[in-house]
Amino acid sequence: MSTENDPMAEIRASFFVECEELLEALQDSLQIMDDGAEDSETINVVFRAVHSIKGGAGAFGLDALVRFAHRYETVMDEVRTGRMEADADALKVFFQCADHLSDLVRHSRDGGADPAEQSNTLLTRLNALMGEEGGPTESEPEPEIEFQPMGLALDLAPLNDGSLDDLLDLDALPPLGDLPDLPPLALNAPKTYTLHFAPEQELFETGNEPYLLLRALHELGTAQVTCDTSRLPPQQSLTPEQPYLSWTIELETEAEEAEILSVFEFVDGLCTLKLTSGDSDDMPSDLPQMLPADQTTPTSTPEPPTAIEPAPSPAPQPAAPAAPPKTQTPSAAAAVKSVVRVDLDRIERLVNLVGELVINQAMLSQSLEDANLPPHGDAISGLEEFQRLTRDIQDSVMMIRAQPVKSLFQRMSRIIREASAAVDKDVRLHTEGEATEVDKTVIERLADPLTHMIRNAVDHGLEKPADRIAAGKPPEGQVKLTAAHRSGRVIIEVSDDGAGINRPRVLQIAIDKGLIPADSQLSDSEIDNLLFLPGFSTASTVSDLSGRGVGMDVVRTAIQALGGRIAITSIPGEGTSFSISLPLTLAVLDGMVIDTAGETLVVPLNLVVETLTFAASEVSMIRPGQHVVRVRGAFVPVVDLGAELGYRAPLTDFEGAVALLIVHENGSRAALMIDNILDQRQVVIKGLDDGFFRAAGIAAATILGDGQIALILDPSDIITNAAQHPQEPLKAGVSA
Amino acid sequence: MSLNILAVDDSRTMRDMIRLALQPAGFNVHTADDGLHGIDVLDGIEPDAIITDINMPRMDGFGFIDAVRGQEKHRATPILVLTTEAAPELKARAREAGATGWIVKPFDPAKLVKALQMVAG
Repeated sequence: MSTENDPMAEIRASFFVECEELLEALQDSLQIMDDGAEDSETINVVFRAVHSIKGGAGAFGLDALVRFAHRYETVMDEVRTGRMEADADALKVFFQCADHLSDLVRHSRDGGADPAEQSNTLLTRLNALMGEEGGPTESEPEPEIEFQPMGLALDLAPLNDGSLDDLLDLDALPPLGDLPDLPPLALNAPKTYTLHFAPEQELFETGNEPYLLLRALHELGTAQVTCDTSRLPPQQSLTPEQPYLSWTIELETEAEEAEILSVFEFVDGLCTLKLTSGDSDDMPSDLPQMLPADQTTPTSTPEPPTAIEPAPSPAPQPAAPAAPPKTQTPSAAAAVKSVVRVDLDRIERLVNLVGELVINQAMLSQSLEDANLPPHGDAISGLEEFQRLTRDIQDSVMMIRAQPVKSLFQRMSRIIREASAAVDKDVRLHTEGEATEVDKTVIERLADPLTHMIRNAVDHGLEKPADRIAAGKPPEGQVKLTAAHRSGRVIIEVSDDGAGINRPRVLQIAIDKGLIPADSQLSDSEIDNLLFLPGFSTASTVSDLSGRGVGMDVVRTAIQALGGRIAITSIPGEGTSFSISLPLTLAVLDGMVIDTAGETLVVPLNLVVETLTFAASEVSMIRPGQHVVRVRGAFVPVVDLGAELGYRAPLTDFEGAVALLIVHENGSRAALMIDNILDQRQVVIKGLDDGFFRAAGIAAATILGDGQIALILDPSDIITNAAQHPQEPLKAGVSA
Repeated sequence: MSLNILAVDDSRTMRDMIRLALQPAGFNVHTADDGLHGIDVLDGIEPDAIITDINMPRMDGFGFIDAVRGQEKHRATPILVLTTEAAPELKARAREAGATGWIVKPFDPAKLVKALQMVAG
């Protein structure tokens, strides 16, 4: 990691990670408020999220972020204190602000287009909520970002090992605030000041210590400290917590007056302090003795156990305390989970190592098998244990990388908001299964295709409000986003309650664009699947929203690159649903190792429902090149794998042929004819990078126990292709 | 002598920054995620000074200071409040709760060290 030696860069990186968490909490809480289910803590979470982002941003000098967060925070504070009501309109603005805040965070992290314009728009809206007129420039004062440079100009004795020097990156820090701007230690001629310092009782109650203040003065120059003990009563009448002492300090220093006073910053108002400069004539000369101040501090006396009421401040406070100290409700106490943050690269490395382990274990099995050992010997049972452990390790490693899809879904709720605003439709997003865990890399790569699908659902799926009312539906459209684990895969569905796919129109467009022959007779499902054809776009006028030159074919390609598949179902008048099926992990799968035309191939085991051996009599030809086989009373299409992949000519004799019964996402089945089943084992998925031709039906590759490379098939893809082009086998181009 | 510091802040970034500012200067830094956690952590250590944020879940900074001051042995333990606001009323409120001093975020590491030395020796 490049940031390893730069702690500041590391903290900065971790700040952005924290921001993501805070933004998630922010979204969650706003959603709860939107659902009307909030309690008093919800708004506090919102406030704190914005507040913490602002705080961290300030530390890194991210001014634009601070400025926006500050205003947002101010408004949320109004809501928090009940001075402002978060009605539906306000919430809309809050959501937009949350979205924008995450834009600003990302902009600060990654650079890119400056979202300043949007900042101003939203700041104006926030101001409007506060009942203030005008844009941010008139009414928005720059938040006070205080930075106090005095420490730099002073003695840095404990820091002079240089380790902190690189932290003090002044250029990166925000402008200075209201503290006295102290010039660097000027080479002024030393001046003499006289200070009278008399602490009040509250000075001690707040944990301040005169000795330390005197010592700090001493560090500014040469100090002659005189203690006035004249108010000290006789010992028997002494109240230990009453301040009796005062000091007069004769200070010879090059420091300015403001710098001297800054020593007393924390005790301002808790003591009587008088500073005079110049000649020392007014110094009381009747108390010439010099006392070490620490021997005279009242707090060093043992205190009686009686509780001391905080005395009202004798000196006037700069402002009255606004409210009594408030403790937040402990009901919201969320159990703090103990977590460790680990660099993803390290996990990646672990995943790869586990992959190697799986291969290694396969090789070991192979050599033990070759050695013809007794089946119940120690070596074999040891190997079985080894296999079990390998699998457990692998599962555990995968669990590390697994993340709930929640963050992804949250991003989609933002897409919905933006998309629905752009096309002027009222849309509500329902999510289900947010806790479903998926490999982190899968989640990241799902964002783009999912975004596109959501936009499609809002833009094309849902009708305009007037049309919805005419169709007897509520004007507000519903989009549902769900995730679930199903038979070793993750199923993510995007569905809308719109008008459904306009099939005659889709068919017409496909014909007009020359994607299919004009006389095509297609089933409903085949028409729906035309949407996935490259070059297909249903919108007759390209809209702002989804008309970005990206079609569903790109979505499908992206999903396939993840080892997944996408299916579409649509009911006219009731809506459209896209279902994405993804492998749980991109690293390992349970596979069936098969042989076809002399090639060793791997079929994902979870798709194989059963294996079959044909008798010739069970196979019938329904048209040239297309056969079906009778499986328990139902006819299932036969797909000749060797021919489909272009390894050999289609078989004509099916007697004794071996086939895998493959089930599709949509429930349809097909018999994939192969030559032989060799093995059933876990294989490590090795992606085929861009250097390889992307052949349909080939998902990835793997290394088998004997070191041989085998291609991993996507049987669904092969079967779909076979159904679309029954007479021309795929040119897989992968005979190597 | 290295001073023991307890830093209470719900923001990990802020905790990291405090640690980064103080450790090279020879401080021994303990951290807690919120007021309640702070009270827990306080149980096992003898801090020479405490730094606390104000806005925190479960128990905020004012509540935390109140609870710390309520413990006999911590009546005089220096407590610095970390605040993003320089508003006088916030300082006054922090002082009312028993805070010794305050540091305005974003803080300068040297200033924080200086302030700690000022209140904790």
